[in-house]
Amino acid sequence: MSETYLIAFDGSDASERALAFGAARARGSGARLVLAHVLEWSPYSFLSAEEVAERHKRRTEEVGRAETVILDPVCKRLRAEGLTVDAIVRYGHVAEVLGDLAKEFGATQMMVGRTGEKGLQARLFGSVAGTLAQIAPVPCTIVP
Amino acid sequence: MRTALAALAAIPLLASPAQADLAERIDTIFAASTGWFVNLIFSDLPGTGVPWIVGWLVIGALVFTFYFGFIQVRAFGHALQIVRGKYSDPRDAGEVSPFQALTAALSGTVGLGNIAGVAVAVSIGGAGATFWMILAGLLGMATKFTECTLGVKYRNEYPDGSVSGGPMYYIKKGFAERGLPLGGFMAVMFSIFCVLGALGGGNMFQANQAASQVDSVLGVPTWITGLVLSGIVFLVIIGGIKSIARVTEKVVPFMGGGYVIVGMAILFLNWDMIGWAFSEIIRGAFTDTGIIGGMVGAIIQGFRRAAFSNEAGIGSAAIAHSAVRTKEPVSEGFVSLLEPFIDTVVICTMTALVIIITQQLLIDANTGMYILSDNGRIETATGAGAGVPLTSAAFGSAFSWAPYALSLAVFLFAFSTMITWSYYGVKAWTYMFGEGETKELVFKLIFCFFIFVGAVTSLDAVIDFSDAALFSMAIFNIIALYFLMPIVKRELNSYLLRLKSGQIKAFK
Repeated sequence: MSETYLIAFDGSDASERALAFGAARARGSGARLVLAHVLEWSPYSFLSAEEVAERHKRRTEEVGRAETVILDPVCKRLRAEGLTVDAIVRYGHVAEVLGDLAKEFGATQMMVGRTGEKGLQARLFGSVAGTLAQIAPVPCTIVP
Repeated sequence: MRTALAALAAIPLLASPAQADLAERIDTIFAASTGWFVNLIFSDLPGTGVPWIVGWLVIGALVFTFYFGFIQVRAFGHALQIVRGKYSDPRDAGEVSPFQALTAALSGTVGLGNIAGVAVAVSIGGAGATFWMILAGLLGMATKFTECTLGVKYRNEYPDGSVSGGPMYYIKKGFAERGLPLGGFMAVMFSIFCVLGALGGGNMFQANQAASQVDSVLGVPTWITGLVLSGIVFLVIIGGIKSIARVTEKVVPFMGGGYVIVGMAILFLNWDMIGWAFSEIIRGAFTDTGIIGGMVGAIIQGFRRAAFSNEAGIGSAAIAHSAVRTKEPVSEGFVSLLEPFIDTVVICTMTALVIIITQQLLIDANTGMYILSDNGRIETATGAGAGVPLTSAAFGSAFSWAPYALSLAVFLFAFSTMITWSYYGVKAWTYMFGEGETKELVFKLIFCFFIFVGAVTSLDAVIDFSDAALFSMAIFNIIALYFLMPIVKRELNSYLLRLKSGQIKAFK
């Protein structure tokens, strides 16, 4: 049975580590990789009338930047190695959307990096890795 | 940008010691030059004491209410579900959500109309004006639904992804589609009045009330507040310092919520009076309580304030909503019908109840009639003038800190309404003169100048002009809505069918 690894990838150092971890395992198992870049977004934030008008344009720009700058170079590199790679950009609550994507793509495992917040900051804002540890629908590896 | 800098340099000149004289002169010139326009808009229907424009709006709202079979009642629950995001596709996340569309449009309507306008209405029309205000708010929901659905349906989308929409666009395109003449003419007329409305109700009225509140509570002369306000607005809309607007957009909804909570607290403290307050409202709505014009006077004040506050039929919200990317114009219409409800039925009513329940309006104990002052207004308990000072006195009678909080709220509400209306004004301006940065700059400079004028001008002159300009937008907008409402009905029926069959599906 072919495996699919969903890797949270936003170009940060932490996500590079998660990718390296996932790619190493994919080379061994022949699993397909799905790189997911989720931009934090709340539908309940407040926008001014002008921001409302410009939102679609901004979103198009943001998605374009995420694809060309962050995802495309990595995908190219991995495909050159012979790995099967897909990439996706979504908006929303990062941990929840990653969980939904794992289901949508039929992922068998997830890999996320952790940023290592401590103390008050972590308590107040939580973290993607911490939340996923609780809500991930498939086994989730948190890469330090 | 050079013209902008020149204008900035001119501001300190206005602040010279001669400013008091200047303010007076501006006031006189303003009243003299706008009087004829105000008289025209508010002239009475022959043989009655009812201004024709008020009847125009109410008849419009009634027609839409019946034509769409009480859509405000039928679709209310569904509208709430849409705003909660039940029908939003998670794949479209990152686009403007229904909640954001609602709050952005509300930031243009929830403002001083809710605080100052209501106080003016009850101080002229008595408690009974509240009843008619609520009724007009409920009816206005159908008007708002009609105009916002059309706004989305007939907007212009440009290759770069930006969108322009609003009554001027649906008048022109909708009339062309139905083969009706004069669409282009009416669209331009609407745009002219939209620019005037942006300068009046969306600007001068706000500046005026903010300045008078800051003056009465903190003792800061109105011309200083005027300069500060126009300076900040200048920085935001011309200087491009969006962070100020962004901060306000985040603070204002909480202020709105806080306002309602404080109002509720005052009602709760006077819970034994709530029954009396409602009986006063009903008594004033249907009997003569001694106000100018009697029962009809109450109706006029109530309707006038509701229309001014929630802007249903004015066409402004259609400009804001048309910028939202949605596949279904009707769903945007549903979202928008919540606005008159929140604005008028909830927030305006809160203001009215607080004023009534804290007994700011003096009633002759023997006759049960209101005691009138020389200018035809009801005498107030503290002698506070109509507008924000009256609301301030009412809140202050329960919590001594309330007037200060209210000053801040008034300032922020005024500011956010101005920012939103500057956007509406720009849209109407560029519809007439074409899109372009220089053209936008010209309008924005005029806009900033009028903030100062509004701050130093007397209340009556400003309030009359603001109302007149806003209502003029409704003349052309509502004519267009009558001609285009069959299109909305077709869209509505198709939407409801697809909703029933499950073609429009819930995601949560």
